[in-house]
This record gives sequence, structure tokens and C-alpha cells, in this order.
Amino acid sequence: MSQQGVPAMSKTPSIDEEVWEQDLKERLFAKIPLFIFSLLMFTVALSFMGYEIPDALLWADFLLVFGVFTVYVVSRHLTLYVFKRLGEAVLTLFIIASLTFLLLRIMPGGPFDRDKALPPEVLANIEAKYNLNAPLYVQYFDYLKGLSRGYLGESYKYIGRGVTDIIMEALPVSFQLGFYSLILAFLLGIPLGVFAASKHNSRFDYFAMFLANSGTALPSFLVGPILIIIFCFWLNWLPAAFWDGPEYYILPVLTLGLRPVAVIARLTRANVLDVIRSDYIRTARSKGLAEKVVLYKHVLKNSLIPVLTFSGPLAAAILSGSFVIELIFNIPGIGKHFVESVTNRDYPLILGVTLVFSFLLVLANLIVDLLYVYFDPRIKLS
Amino acid sequence: MRSSSKSLWIDAFNRLKKNKASMVSLGIIIVLCFIALFARQISPYPFDEQHMDAILQPPSARFWLGTDSLGRDLLSRVIYGARMSMAVGILTAFISLILGTIYGVISGWFGGRVDALLMRALDIITSIPTLVLMILVKVIFDSVQLFENPELRALTSILLALSLVGWVSLARVVRGQVLQVKEMTFVEAARALGASQFWTVIKHVLPNILGPIIVLLSFQIPSNILFESFLSFIGLGLQPPFSSWGVLASEGAKSIRSYPHVIISPGVALFIAMLAFQFLGDGLRDALDPKMKGSV
Repeated sequence: MSQQGVPAMSKTPSIDEEVWEQDLKERLFAKIPLFIFSLLMFTVALSFMGYEIPDALLWADFLLVFGVFTVYVVSRHLTLYVFKRLGEAVLTLFIIASLTFLLLRIMPGGPFDRDKALPPEVLANIEAKYNLNAPLYVQYFDYLKGLSRGYLGESYKYIGRGVTDIIMEALPVSFQLGFYSLILAFLLGIPLGVFAASKHNSRFDYFAMFLANSGTALPSFLVGPILIIIFCFWLNWLPAAFWDGPEYYILPVLTLGLRPVAVIARLTRANVLDVIRSDYIRTARSKGLAEKVVLYKHVLKNSLIPVLTFSGPLAAAILSGSFVIELIFNIPGIGKHFVESVTNRDYPLILGVTLVFSFLLVLANLIVDLLYVYFDPRIKLS
Repeated sequence: MRSSSKSLWIDAFNRLKKNKASMVSLGIIIVLCFIALFARQISPYPFDEQHMDAILQPPSARFWLGTDSLGRDLLSRVIYGARMSMAVGILTAFISLILGTIYGVISGWFGGRVDALLMRALDIITSIPTLVLMILVKVIFDSVQLFENPELRALTSILLALSLVGWVSLARVVRGQVLQVKEMTFVEAARALGASQFWTVIKHVLPNILGPIIVLLSFQIPSNILFESFLSFIGLGLQPPFSSWGVLASEGAKSIRSYPHVIISPGVALFIAMLAFQFLGDGLRDALDPKMKGSV
């Protein structure tokens, strides 16, 4: 194809040209993830700065990610595996829903117990409204019927509001908070770990590990107040609560992200140290590859698997919002709703939020399992 | 045989002794255990005694760490908090150890269909996020009260909630180890010599998987302490007047602006304990099972 412009020496393209053309194609392909990554980062930056994100951009992001995901799954012959796992997920969620439902109903005491008992007629009316006086198995089948249509019921506490409604309102906030923290955790934790390992036993290594150890030992309910004291009361730079704009995001994201940053840095460092001593790294070095290439291409890719294992549950926990952080910073996320629904015994809300959380965890684990294949092609999923 | 297995443990201990951070941490943990055991003798005041003339006092000669919003001595409360937090951390680790070991051994030893079924059940349990499961179990046990004594009552539901969640990871590790060990020749030899299954497991399998279990336990204790304080902080764990570091932090967080000393002392105590457990765990892992380095 590219021969038209070039004076042809012979009819068939020379080996050099073929290689070059293939190389070009590969290089172009290699740019695609970078392009998608920058587009995603651009979206995240926009939303962090508090701008309204145009729907077109969101759709473009979604389609691109979904497209890459599909191509990845199909090209590695994982389609069947994905469907199998999704089927298992549905079954798992069904069992979780049933167990939680039954346990909540068997528990002594009801959602409408008050310190001052309600008049029996009022109680009877309320119970009739929420179908609580029917036999247990009828309630259970009604609940399942609703569930199969995606209906999670109506909250007992917020009268007249559907559980789906409440979740859809609170989940994006928690998602946002979690997403920024997750990005922080990866963008900071992995380089920190790699850097500490590459400067093993140096002053920087000790300092980084001191930070990481303190970070894992400091619970978020201490970090939050400490940050608030410093940045809100002493320096007066940032607001101490709510979720109204970029300046409100910084402290909660830092608080939520600190522990993951520390854990990921520790994990990365330990694994990089392990991989760095292996034979194939010695080979790569003796080939004369630049230290940076060895470190970030050969070592890193091979030492990220334990980090990946840790990331599945971490992502689910973090995206579904941290109960403590939403409490400290008064953020209207889903974690706060869950804690409140438990104290109020708001059964439909408890059930709904539990299902959403479990779904996120199952999904995160599936994605992590699929990514294993990328990081270590020897792994076979079945 | 006996002497060689003994020297294995001595080897591990010698390796641990070389790790200074771990030995210091071990010292700190022993001190904390003493404080926890003798809280009544050490603390200057009972944990719930109110001094109405001294509310929210900063640290002074009379109250070394100051007082809280009800005039209770914070030093005493932090000491009693150590008792509660350490009790929760260690007891839950042991309950989950027993549950996890039994489950893991049954699953790994019998293998086949039993194993598949038991592991499926674990998969379902692990599909519920830890904190959510913990809260659900806690709420359920809260409504079933087993004891009259209020302190025991407060303690039991949180103990059960934490250990019913904690045993899962232990069961996984134990199962994996049993699967490996049961193929080894010494197990085969024991069976060939006519040892019963039960005896083989107790005498030959368990001692050989002790290393990873100890390492995992040493990481579970601090995470249990942390989970307890999380639950107490969001108001679903222990309740005042009982004292744990999480309860104290939660009380302190309400008045950080004017009275930061209320959150600082339990916070520092918790931080030191977490750090000590972490370094000890790292040391134990390096000494007992260096293979685990990259995964815990």
C-alpha cells in the first residue's frame, strides 16, 4: 500500500518494509488504549472540576470502554466464560437476597417497634400497607416477584419513596467519591511501590515504607478528623463537610484513598522486589535494555497480579462508598443510607443496598479475573 | 523426627529475633495485653465514673489525658478501651481460627463433591462485602440476647459478627494447605501404618500447616480491632458507657474543633497497636512462610 509513493526497487515489498509497516500498525494500535485512557481522564477531570459532563462524552466513554472490553473478551475466547460467570452471579444474588430476606424476617422485633408502642389499630394498618401481616412464604414470593421485575420495594422510613429511587440518587455520589479515591490509589500507590523497590534499602525506600506503614495503620476515622483540623480549622482552606464541588471533594477523597494507596504501595514494592531478582529480568538487563524499560515494562507487568487480586474487593468496597467517610464529611452517599436503614430496620432498603453492594463485588471480581489473563497469559480461565 | 521439627520452630524464632521492628512490636503487644488484663488495677478511675466538676478538661495532673463530655477520665477510658479492643481482636481471631480450621480441613481432606459444595458456599458468603455482612450479622445477633450481664451482651454480638466474617479467609487458606499436605508421603505413611483419619489430621496434617495459619492470624487480629472500631464509630458496634478505642474516637469526633484531646488519645493508642501488630505480622510472615511475602 505504501509503495506508491516510494520508488519500487522490486515487485514484492522488502522484508524491512513489511516489518516497518507491521510495526507502524502495532504502534498505532498501541496508541488506542492511551487515547481511551486520556479521554476517560479528561472526563474524570471535568467532573472533578465540577463541570456538567455532556451526555455525548459519557456515551462515548461508555461505548469505548464497552467496545474494548468486548474485543478483549472475544479475542481471548472468554465469551463463554463471561456468560457462565454472569449466570453464576445471578444465582449468587438470588441466594443472598433469599437469605437476607429470611434472616431479617425471623429476627425478633419489627421495623415499627417504637419506644412508645403504636396503637394496635395503627400498627395493623401499617403492616397491612406493607404486606407484613401475610404469611412469610407469601411475602417471600411477592418479594421475589418484584425482584424479577427489578422492583425493590418501598422504603419504610422515607414514606412513599421507592428503594430504587433512593439508591439511584445516592449511588452516583458514592461512586464519584470512590472513583476518585481509586484513581488516587493506583496512580500514587503503584509508582510509589515501584520507586521504593527500585531504590531498595535507600533512604527514599525507608521513608516511603514508613509512610505506607503509617497509612495502613491509620484508620479513616482518625485521618478524616486530622485532615479536617488541619485544612479546615487551622488553615481554613477547604470546607469540612458536604459534597457540592471540587473543593469539597479533596478531603474525603484523600481520606478514603490513603489506606488503599498505602496497601497498594506495600504490595507493589514486595512483588517488584521479588520479580527484580528473577532470571528473565537479569536477561532483559543483560540485553542492554534501559533500566526504565525493564522496570516499567518487564518488572511491573509481572508484579501486578497480587495487586490485581487485592483490587477487586477494594474497588467494590471503595465504590460503594465508605460508611465512615460519608458520616464524617456528611456526604449523602449510599453508605450513610445503609447504616441508617440498619438502625431503622428499614427492611426493603437494607435488602436493596445489600444486593447492590454484592452485585458490585461480584462484578469487580469478574473484571479482575478477566484481567488476570492480560497480565499473565499462562493463566487459563474455564 | 521430633528434634528436627523442633529446630524448625527454633529456626523461625531466631529469624524473628533478628527483626528488630518485630521484636519491639512484640514487646508493645505484650504490654498492651497486660494493660488489658489488669485494667481494673491500673486505671486511676472506674471507666464510667463521672466527675461533674471537670467536664471536657484538657490534660492535667489530676486527669493525665483530660476528661470527656460527661466528665469521665480519658486515661481510664483508654485503658478500658484497650481491654475491650484487645479482647475483641484476639477472641474473634481464635473463634474464626477454630471455625475456619474445621471447615477448611473437612473441605480439603475429603475433597471431591464435599469440597466443591463447601467452597461454593464460601463463594456466596464472600460475595457480600465484609462490612455489610458484618453489620447484618451484628444486627441479627443484637436481637438475640444470650446473656444478662450487659458487658457480656455488648461483647457477644460483636464477637460473633466479627468471627462469623473472619473465618472465611482462614478456611480458604487451611483448605489450600491441606490439599497440598495430604498428598505428601508422610501422610501416606501414617495412613499405611494404620492411623485413623482423625489422628492423621490432628497429628500429621495440622502441625504442618501451622505456619501460614499463624501468619494469617497475626494479620487478622489488627483487622478485627479495626473493624470493631469502625462499627463502633458508625454507632453499630459497642455503645457508651462501654469503652473501646472506636467508641472513644466516635465521641471525640463529635467535638474535634473545640476539644481535640478527646480523639487524640484513643487515636494514638489505636495507631500504636495497629502499627505493632503490622510489624509483628510482617516479621512472622518472613520467619515462618517467606512465600507469602507478595500476597499478604
